[in-house]
Amino acid sequence: MTETLHNLYLGFSVALTPNVLLYAFVGCVIGTLVGVLPGVGPLAGISLLLPATFGLDATSAIVLLAGIYYGAMYGGSTTSILMRIPGEAASVMTCIDGYAMTRNGRGGPALAIAAVGSYVAGTVSVVALMLLAPPLASFALRFGPPEYFSLLLLGLLVLAYMSGASMLKSLAMAALGLLFGMIGIDPMTGFFRFSYGLVELGDGIGVVPAAVGLFGLSEILLTAGQPTVPAVIKPRLRELLPSREEWRDSLWPIGRGTVMGFLIGIIPGSAHIISSFVSYAVERRLSKHPERFGHGAIEGVAGPESANNSATSGAFVPMLALGVPSGPIPAVMIAAMMVHGISPGPLLITQQPELFWGFIASMYVGNVVLLILNLPLVGIFINVLRIPYRLLYPAILIFCILGVYAVNGSVVDVGIMTAMGALGYVLRKFDFETAPIVLGLILAPMLEMSFRQSLSMSSGSYGIFITRPIAAAMLMVGLALLLLHICPLVIKKMDWRQKLGFADAKE
Amino acid sequence: MTRIVFASILLKPANKSWLFHNLLATPPPCCYNPAAMLTTDRVSGTTLVLFSLLVIWESRRLPLGTFHQPGPAYIPILLALLLLFFGVSLAVTARRAPPLSSLSWTEWRHALAILAVCIFAVLGMERLGYRVTVLVVLIFLVKIMEKCGWVLTVSFALLVALGSFYLFHTILRVPLPQGPLGF
Repeated sequence: MTETLHNLYLGFSVALTPNVLLYAFVGCVIGTLVGVLPGVGPLAGISLLLPATFGLDATSAIVLLAGIYYGAMYGGSTTSILMRIPGEAASVMTCIDGYAMTRNGRGGPALAIAAVGSYVAGTVSVVALMLLAPPLASFALRFGPPEYFSLLLLGLLVLAYMSGASMLKSLAMAALGLLFGMIGIDPMTGFFRFSYGLVELGDGIGVVPAAVGLFGLSEILLTAGQPTVPAVIKPRLRELLPSREEWRDSLWPIGRGTVMGFLIGIIPGSAHIISSFVSYAVERRLSKHPERFGHGAIEGVAGPESANNSATSGAFVPMLALGVPSGPIPAVMIAAMMVHGISPGPLLITQQPELFWGFIASMYVGNVVLLILNLPLVGIFINVLRIPYRLLYPAILIFCILGVYAVNGSVVDVGIMTAMGALGYVLRKFDFETAPIVLGLILAPMLEMSFRQSLSMSSGSYGIFITRPIAAAMLMVGLALLLLHICPLVIKKMDWRQKLGFADAKE
Repeated sequence: MTRIVFASILLKPANKSWLFHNLLATPPPCCYNPAAMLTTDRVSGTTLVLFSLLVIWESRRLPLGTFHQPGPAYIPILLALLLLFFGVSLAVTARRAPPLSSLSWTEWRHALAILAVCIFAVLGMERLGYRVTVLVVLIFLVKIMEKCGWVLTVSFALLVALGSFYLFHTILRVPLPQGPLGF
C-alpha cells in the first residue's frame, strides 16, 4: 500500500506539471465535443489527433488521447438526455430515461446525476485500475502463447454472449472480423494473403479506417436525409440540482454501475457499450417500480452512465497490464505508445513507472476537469447541435476522412473506410452489430500468432491448450458461456421434437 | 423448406409419411409467397455463405500446412468454415426474421451520394490536394444534396476546407496533400 501511495505521488508529480495538465484539459474539451457530436465517436476524435501527438512526449500523448476517450463518455450523455440523440454509442441507453426526464422537466437533474455518476465511477474505477493493473501485470508474466490465445478467444466469446443482437449473428460478425484480420503478410511465413497486389494492404486493414467506417461513416449514412433533429432544451444552472429522493434513488445504481462497468471493461470487447446495456437491464430488474423505466426513471440514467465511464478505466487494465487491446480505442492508443518506442505489456509498469502512474494520476485530474466542464458549460457544448444537420454531417464526414487519412497519410485507408462504411450501413440495416467485426480485426493477428506459436511450442500437439491450467481455465469459461447460450436453443428444439412426436402419436 | 430439412433429419423413417402428409402436402402459407420466404436473416445468411466460399476459393493459392503445423491458409480456411456454419445456421433458423421487404431504404439517395463523395476523395485527394477535394465534396453535398443557397454553400465549404487545413496542417503539423497547384 505504501508503495502504491509512493507511486501515486510520483504520478501526481507528473500529472500536475503544467504541460501534462494542459493536455489533459485539451483532451477533455475535445472529448466532450466529440461526445456531443453524433457520428463522431471517441475513435474518430482520437485518430484525428493521433498524428498531432507524434511530436509530444509519450506521457502527454497518452494523457491527451485518454482525455478524449473519457471526455466523450461524459459528452455523449448530454445530447442523449437533452435531445434523445446518442452522441456516442455507449449513451444509447441514457436516451430512454434521460430524454423522458427532460420531457418531464427534470432534464437538469438528469444531467447532474449523469455527471456525478460519471465522476464517481471514473474516480473509483481509476482506484481499481491502480490496484489491479500492477498485480495483474506480474501475474501476466506467466502468460505464454497458449494463455494469450485462450484469453483472446474468451474475449470474443464474452462479447458475442453479451451483445444485444443474437449470439449467432455476433459470432458470425466476429468470424468476419477475424477474416478481415487475415489480410496482409503472414507473420510466420511472410506470404501475402488476400492483398491483390496492393502494397498498402501488406500490413493488413488498419483499425482506424475499419472502425471509423463501421461506426462513424455508417452512422452518417443512416442518419443523413432523415427528418430534422428535435429542438434543443437547454436547462438553467439552478435547475440542475436533483431532489433528495433523486439522490437516494441514484446511489445504488451508481455503485452497481461502477462495479459492473469496471468488470465488463476488463474483458476484451466494446465494453463501454455493453456495460451500459447490462447496467440498464440490471437496474430495471432490481427496481421496485420497473414500470417507471422508459418514463423518466433516474436509475436508468445513473446506472448506464456510471457503467460506461467505469468501463473506460476497466478497458485500460488489459491494455496496460497485458498489452492486449480490449477494443478499437485501446488498440489505437497502443499504436500511439508504440510510435514513442513504448511497448505496452507486463513490463510497462516496472520499466516506465512515470508513464503508468502519470497516466493514472492524470485520470483523477481529468475526472475533476470533466465535472467542472460538463455541468456549468453544458449550454455552450449543446450549442454545437444548433448547427443544422444538413451542414453538420458534411463537416463530420470531412473530419472522418481527415482523421483516417492523417494516421498513415494513405488514401487507401480512406478507401477502406468507405468500403467499411458501406458494409456497416448494410449490416446495421440487417440488424447486425459491427463491434465484433472491429474486435475480430484487432485480435486476429494476435490470435493467429499465439495459436501457431503454441503449436510450435508443443510440436503440433493441441493438448497444450488443456494441459496448461490458466489456458484451460479460460477456455472452460468460454465453453461454459457457449453452452449457456446453446442450452435453451437445444431444449427448445427438443420441445419441438416432442411436439412433433406427440402430433404423430395422436395421428 | 427449413422445417422439412430439420424434420427429415430428426424423425425416424416411419414418421416420414406423416412428414410428407403434413409438411409437403400442406405447406405453410409462407411457402406460397416467395417474397415472404425472403427474410432478412435468410438473405444475410446466404451472403455470408457465399463470402466464406469465396474466401476458401481464394485461399487455394496459399499453402494449407498440416493439422499439427498450420500454414498461412490454415486459419483463413478455418475461419471461413466457421463463417459458413454461422451463415447456414442463420439462413436455416431465419423463419421468424422480418421479411426483406420490411426494410426501409428511404435515405438511399443520401447514402449513395456520401459514398460517391468518399470515392471521389480517395481518387482526388492526392491529385487535386486536400483543400480543393474538400471544397468539391462540400459543395456537392451542401448545394446539390441539401439544396442550400450558393452563399451559404460557398462560405461553409471555404470555412471548413481552409479552416481544417489551417488547424491540422499549419498548427498541428499533420501532413496533408497539397496537389499540383499548391492547394
